[in-house]
Amino acid sequence: MAARGVLFVAVLAVALSTPLRAQSLIADLSEHLVAITTGFVGVDVLLFGAIERPEDPELGGQPSGDLVVVVRGPEQAQTLHRKSNVAGIWMNTASLTFDQVPSFYAVAASRPLEEIAEDTVLAANGIGLDHLDFHLPAAKASGPLREEWRQGLIRAKQREGLYAQGLGQVNLIGETLFRSQVYFPTNVPTGVYQAQVFLFRGGQVASAQVIPLSVSKVGLEAELFDFAHGQSGAYGLIAVILALLAGWLGHLIFRRD
Amino acid sequence: MQIYLPIAEISLNVFLLLGLGGLIGFLAGLFGVGGGFLMTPLLIFIGVPPAVAVATQANHVVASSVSGVMAHFKRDNVDVRMGLVLLAGGFLGSTVGVALFSVLRGLGQIDLVISLSYVLLLGIIGVLLFLEGGRALVRRRRKVTAPSRKGHAWAAGWPLRMRFPKSRLYISALLPLSLGFGVGVLSAIMGVGGGFILVPLMIYVLGMPTTVVIGTSLFQIIFVSANVTFLQATQNQTVDLVLALLLVLGGVVGAQFGGRFAARLPADSLRIMLGLLILCVGGKLLFDLVTPPVDLYSLGVS
Repeated sequence: MAARGVLFVAVLAVALSTPLRAQSLIADLSEHLVAITTGFVGVDVLLFGAIERPEDPELGGQPSGDLVVVVRGPEQAQTLHRKSNVAGIWMNTASLTFDQVPSFYAVAASRPLEEIAEDTVLAANGIGLDHLDFHLPAAKASGPLREEWRQGLIRAKQREGLYAQGLGQVNLIGETLFRSQVYFPTNVPTGVYQAQVFLFRGGQVASAQVIPLSVSKVGLEAELFDFAHGQSGAYGLIAVILALLAGWLGHLIFRRD
Repeated sequence: MQIYLPIAEISLNVFLLLGLGGLIGFLAGLFGVGGGFLMTPLLIFIGVPPAVAVATQANHVVASSVSGVMAHFKRDNVDVRMGLVLLAGGFLGSTVGVALFSVLRGLGQIDLVISLSYVLLLGIIGVLLFLEGGRALVRRRRKVTAPSRKGHAWAAGWPLRMRFPKSRLYISALLPLSLGFGVGVLSAIMGVGGGFILVPLMIYVLGMPTTVVIGTSLFQIIFVSANVTFLQATQNQTVDLVLALLLVLGGVVGAQFGGRFAARLPADSLRIMLGLLILCVGGKLLFDLVTPPVDLYSLGVS
């Protein structure tokens, strides 16, 4: 919660420091809770909103601006393994642990990112996979090696569907309305997510908003998972007892003697 | 119809899982084996994380061995005394095995060790079954009787000799203890009951009569796999109850059909078929180990 607060203040500060007058931007999500239930097969969440047209007459003729949406999952420590060939077999021979890695990351924009703003501006706001910094202690790896591991981590996350492959679409409807979709796959990590919406004008952030989103296991799935992790002894016992019962029942139902 | 597995953290088709349970149950009934050594690789092939596949399969083995041991108890085919000694070794072995499993998992080597163990084991068993089936076919044609069971003379000098009246044996308790230990370690790392290794060892190494071998091995497997399930659940949180339940459901039904079907097929052809099947699964695992991976980098458990 504290981290979110700090980020919000930071975003606000960026928004206020822009030369333009702070422009109003209002956005929301179709759902604030992604519930992982028994039948969960992944879900598309709709992000929608409106921007106010610039009131300044000098800017009045400009297009309404560019929108960028960044969705981030909670930060986690993440171990990454690297394989090499040992006696004909591919096995993990090196590993590294990144201290803080967003468990989920997706970006959508109304135009290609390089057309919206300079790299430095994008980097300052953590927009785009190229600008994700993974807090890899310098002592663990440096220079090209560090970059190689960073890219490896991004590819591994992409294969899991947890980092979006490309740039998603933010569609502008008329001059004030916009919408975008974020897909959460079945293996989506649980926790508090943030959808950051940026309005860019003239290559600078004109306005921004952060919308929280919660991903959690709900119902039987949640209870089983919490049970397995919270009271693993009781869970183990129940697993054994259920199996004994099932085997015995199977014998009773199908015995042939 | 997809179902979300809470521990494996993936969605899989319910009917695929029921069918898989049924298929393995069918093969188990057909060939008279537990089937765990086929179930774990197949679960891995459909995307279940290897650590979850192994631990959940151990839970499945508990159910299938209880089912099996009942009939053997009724026919008085269980040497409880021998079973308890094997079990003592098995408990120790499986406890060590699960601890080893946790260490390997932390090192990021568990998937490799599981695959390698399966390649080795499936390779050996597949070849043996294949050869034995082939030899038996030839033998039957020549009407030569099978060789009598071998003794245990080489371990005659071992201390701690114990009497096992039901098996008509007077041997060192260290022998079944160490067998139990070894199979217990395998059981923990591979999620199998280990009957397919234990049974031949009991016949050829311990010299037990074949009538009590299967009942006794099932008897000890129940407790060893229960121990593995419990320890995997407490140490690694990798037992998926939903997955286990679906596999057991399918398995119970499949085993009945398999058992009925088995009576109509000649035993030696069955052995050759099972041998081929096992070699295919082992071959696929080996192929995956030697093929260059899609990407050198992969995520580990945090």
